[in-house]
Amino acid sequence: MGRFAVPLALFAAWWAATASGWIKSYQLASPRDVVREIASLVQSGLLWRDLGASVERVALGFAIALLCALVLGSLVGGSRAVERALDPTLQAVRAVPSLAWVPLILLWLGIGETAKITLVAIGAFFPIYVALVSGIHGVDRKLVEVGTIFGLSRTALIARVLVPATLPQLLVGARIGLTQAWLFLVAAELLAATNGLGFLLTDGQQTSRTDEIFVAILLFALCGKLSESGMRRLEKRLVGWTDTVPA
Amino acid sequence: MSTARIRGLRKAFGAHLVFDGLDLDVARGERVAILGASGCGKSTLLRCVAGLEHGDAGTIATTGEIGLVFQEPRLFPWLDVQRNVAFPARTDAERARVPNVLALVGLAHAAQRLPKELSGGMAQRAALARALVRDPALLLLDEPFAALDALRRIELRAAVREILEFTRASAILVTHDVDDALALADRVVVLAGTPAEIVFHGVVGDDATRGTILDALGVADVRRAPAPRPVRHGARCTT
Repeated sequence: MGRFAVPLALFAAWWAATASGWIKSYQLASPRDVVREIASLVQSGLLWRDLGASVERVALGFAIALLCALVLGSLVGGSRAVERALDPTLQAVRAVPSLAWVPLILLWLGIGETAKITLVAIGAFFPIYVALVSGIHGVDRKLVEVGTIFGLSRTALIARVLVPATLPQLLVGARIGLTQAWLFLVAAELLAATNGLGFLLTDGQQTSRTDEIFVAILLFALCGKLSESGMRRLEKRLVGWTDTVPA
Repeated sequence: MSTARIRGLRKAFGAHLVFDGLDLDVARGERVAILGASGCGKSTLLRCVAGLEHGDAGTIATTGEIGLVFQEPRLFPWLDVQRNVAFPARTDAERARVPNVLALVGLAHAAQRLPKELSGGMAQRAALARALVRDPALLLLDEPFAALDALRRIELRAAVREILEFTRASAILVTHDVDDALALADRVVVLAGTPAEIVFHGVVGDDATRGTILDALGVADVRRAPAPRPVRHGARCTT
């Protein structure tokens, strides 16, 4: 009961406020209107189109971010010289507020898919990169020493000691990166999109349809929650050996 | 024939000269304990033999595989006990030894456990099994009981003694505990000074006794010292 109490109370308040006419339907759609809108979107196929477009953008942007973070993070974490050369620049770029990139990206890449995926990738990149670099720096040198004593080659040392030792931090970074990816997706789709969950939001706003806005918000919440719990499950499976309280 | 032969070892960390021309031999099957005050260079010597530190001058020649057990277990937390023990194995024959060494250290029942599920003593036994899996000719033990409570220490010391007798490997034990040295070693070496020199060298059961070792360490033997007189009840302090 505990975990459902607040959502149930919120739902009851929502239902009561709209059913009693206390809040007008153009200000807040009733639960019935939202369900009806979902059914209509499913029937027309628009729900799958918008949901599919958003999920695809997040997946592609996240994959690109993960790849770039793995390459750059490994180079920066593994070499002091590369760190000195690259890290200050990357940290400065990281300090730029996310939405400040939008005008530049729209100018450079137009309003197509590339711009949206790039924005998502920028959002997801930094948490993964930062976690990976700090994970590599935080590897217990005593364990590396054990690998050295047993005569591991540099490649074997990376594969058998550094990678598993860094994995917990990397997965936490990836989880945060995925959450950021959804955040940046909203920014990208709010500005220029003809499909996607962000488009549902703007469309609802322009046509004063709070039911449509609510459907988009609910779907965002659902996608965010599903991707987060998926990542947590992956962490539990891959790095269940850690002896720390999960973050 | 020597398993380890150290000649003219010189090692400095910056301006601090740890050794300047140290010589030491460990014969095949021999167990040598190295004692000395904290920071005198005992562990540095062991790290030089293991190849973790490089001497500035001199030679260190060893024959056969080397196994090393640290003060702390240093198990890989993502591997269960049997995988940790199998970690250094390179051949199928060495991998096949894993169950045997686990049984030898008394951990056959805990093969599937993760390091986080082990007690301090069990973790140190697993580290010992890992050092033994490649059938080393020379076992380096760097204060292996230091992190254990008194009871676990006695248990593990007895186990190590049995294992050393069973495997017939040579061993260098670095310790600050005279009892460890007397229980496990054939020969005791005491290091002291800066740079560190061998100030005592004796065979256990002959000239290396608790008294002679403590004298060499410059420590009074509390067991030999007369018991302090009990204070009489009712005694008053007078000024």
